[in-house]
Amino acid sequence: MSPTELSSYLIIGAILFALGLFTVLTRRNAISVLMGVELILNSANINYVAFSHFGSGNVDGQIYAIFVIMLAAAEAAIGLAIVLAIFQLFHTIDLEAAETLKE
Amino acid sequence: MDVSTAVFYLIALITVVSAAMVAFSRNIIYSAFSLLGTFMGVAGLYVFLAADFVAAVQVLIYVGGILVLILFAVMLTHRITDVAITNRSAGRIPALIIVGVFVYFLIKTIRETPWVKAKAIVYAPTTAKIGDLFLDTYLLPFELASIVLLAAMIGAVVISRKEIKE
Repeated sequence: MSPTELSSYLIIGAILFALGLFTVLTRRNAISVLMGVELILNSANINYVAFSHFGSGNVDGQIYAIFVIMLAAAEAAIGLAIVLAIFQLFHTIDLEAAETLKE
Repeated sequence: MDVSTAVFYLIALITVVSAAMVAFSRNIIYSAFSLLGTFMGVAGLYVFLAADFVAAVQVLIYVGGILVLILFAVMLTHRITDVAITNRSAGRIPALIIVGVFVYFLIKTIRETPWVKAKAIVYAPTTAKIGDLFLDTYLLPFELASIVLLAAMIGAVVISRKEIKE
């Protein structure tokens, strides 16, 4: 583990991915699940930027990371809007309570 | 161990510990605020990877946008005082086993693979290069991204507004 090795960044990314996956698998709260998704996206971004830095030396990986961040923003806006709509309908955001698409 | 290595360890520790807080905390407010540490830590890692523009974008969009949005959603949807039900978890043990096995093999693979390094690692400002690529090679995805963002914005407004029944 040192800042000049590729593998240390990949390991941090792997740990972040595992924690995000754990959050998505275990949480029953819709907002917590979205937080887990954000962790997973961040871990993927670390890998993109790390490979772009240690691998080819050009900035294409950073461009992909920026696109991922952009899509994460769109995902967060839509996801949280859906969560608010579910809350208005069911008065809870427990994922097990929200099983139907209508009232 | 020189200063930059120590700072790297500190940033890595902050990132991983806050991510663990997000995954394991019993209170959703703590989870939401721990996300701040993770996002800032990842921005620090980008600085170590000579990605200054991506680090700035990370701070602006993740910390300034997404995190505030998540906090708003938490505050709007929850009886915050009710700690016991705010951040319920289920099936922790099986999930821990699956994720543990998964991350074990992932880290084993990372450590055993002989990664090829670039000949010379350069530390130079990247913003101009990224701007050139956005308006050259990645012009179509770039324009598509603005349409996606517009659609997402309108969609979020339509989905979250209150329906008025006649």
